Amino acid sequence: MLFEAGLEKRAALIQAIRAFFIDRDYLEVDTPYRLPVLIPEAHNEPVKSGDHFLQTSPELCMKRLLAETGCSRIFQICKCFRHKERGDRHLPEFTMLEWYRTHCDYHALMEECEDMILEVYGAIGHKSSAQAKGSTINLQKPWDRLTVADAFDRYAPVSMVKALEQDSFDETLCRYIEPKLGLSKPLFLYDYPVKLGALARSKKEDPSLAERFEIYMAGLELANGFSELIDQSVQQKRFEVEAELISKKGRTTVELPLKFLSSLPKMEETAGIALGVDRLAMVLFEAEKIDQVVTFVPEDL
Amino acid sequence: MYSASDLRKGLKIQIDGEPYIVVDFQFSKPGKGQALYRTKLRNMITGNQFDRTFRSNDKFEKAQLEERTMQYLYSQGDEFHFMDTKNYEQVVIMREQMGNDVNFLIDNMEVQILLFNNNPIGVTLPNFVNLTVIKADPWAKGDTSGSDSKPVTVETGYMLQVPPFIGEGDKIQIDTRTGYYMTRVKE
Repeated sequence: MLFEAGLEKRAALIQAIRAFFIDRDYLEVDTPYRLPVLIPEAHNEPVKSGDHFLQTSPELCMKRLLAETGCSRIFQICKCFRHKERGDRHLPEFTMLEWYRTHCDYHALMEECEDMILEVYGAIGHKSSAQAKGSTINLQKPWDRLTVADAFDRYAPVSMVKALEQDSFDETLCRYIEPKLGLSKPLFLYDYPVKLGALARSKKEDPSLAERFEIYMAGLELANGFSELIDQSVQQKRFEVEAELISKKGRTTVELPLKFLSSLPKMEETAGIALGVDRLAMVLFEAEKIDQVVTFVPEDL
Repeated sequence: MYSASDLRKGLKIQIDGEPYIVVDFQFSKPGKGQALYRTKLRNMITGNQFDRTFRSNDKFEKAQLEERTMQYLYSQGDEFHFMDTKNYEQVVIMREQMGNDVNFLIDNMEVQILLFNNNPIGVTLPNFVNLTVIKADPWAKGDTSGSDSKPVTVETGYMLQVPPFIGEGDKIQIDTRTGYYMTRVKE
């Protein structure tokens, strides 16, 4: 549980984030938490709420806003829910910052992430470096950038392609690669295998890769961003593959988000990102556990 | 049956017919990836430890463990014999499974025996035992060498450091978890 000093620090962080986006002409939105249909994601188990689900992310509604209202820059700070996710870095209910910008790709978005985190650090009275796990992380731009394939070659005993073939991609990433990322500077890990970016646009030069990135600081994954896939038929096919996986795992049959799919053709080229606010607070406030940066954890309730 | 999401520190599970205790646990989930349950497991029979990562669809059996209060009877070679005081059933535990606990066993001592599928795999002694000192150097009065402890031997043959005023025939309390001297016992 957070006491007064912790509450003040957390409030300052959230206010600084908000100020950054308002200053950049982003419109703050608040979309419904309870949804009748979600993005089909085999690895995210949703929490039921009556005949609806609690959102696992605000992605569907925010992208529909872009497509259907003509907004060009929107952000949201909201709660997301993922059943049974609990650990030193996970809560089943957590705070997400999500933002979208049209006429933008994932590389431009990476630059905005650098600006945002640097500015937020300054606004809450930190210098341009962060302390984490006994080392100093230099936040000055540009941050490090490393492709997923290069990260496997550099740190793991198998290549990315081999790990995918052996179905050991996640295990290898967790064990060998993540602990090495973002130790002296924040790092963008980018160009993921396309099957690990169901809503991301594939790269023109190499369709086996998706224009997707993650931010790492002190080995902690903070955010997931990508150039949005706006091709309706490709998106539908990817959803169908994922829905099939979910059925195989024995969860109930999955409806596809049809209203979202039908809005996609109206969407302009866009990049968007989801950042775990609690995770950012962990790095900022040098917390070992997510429990140290939120008001209450489930066990307190 | 347990599933991976039940894993937590201290949970006892059975893998390939052997009991394991989870000594360390970390939930991981790389972005857009699957949930991974990273554990450090200790084999409750051999004591061997290793790291193992599970996925959410992995399932385990609960380790069939039972703890019973028994009385220490005697040892013969490397075998230590215990008896259940309720049904007089006897079990044998080998010296290698006893570890350091052999240093603190005295006849008729009540201990907890851990059984896995009805086979004894471990023993837990009371946290404190009282043992008689059988060998100690006399306390040289006026010794100003500054030494604040001396070695003695207790009835089980165990040697430990005690304060200089402890003499032969004294009864002392020892913490069985650390093997350290606690206090002199007055009878």
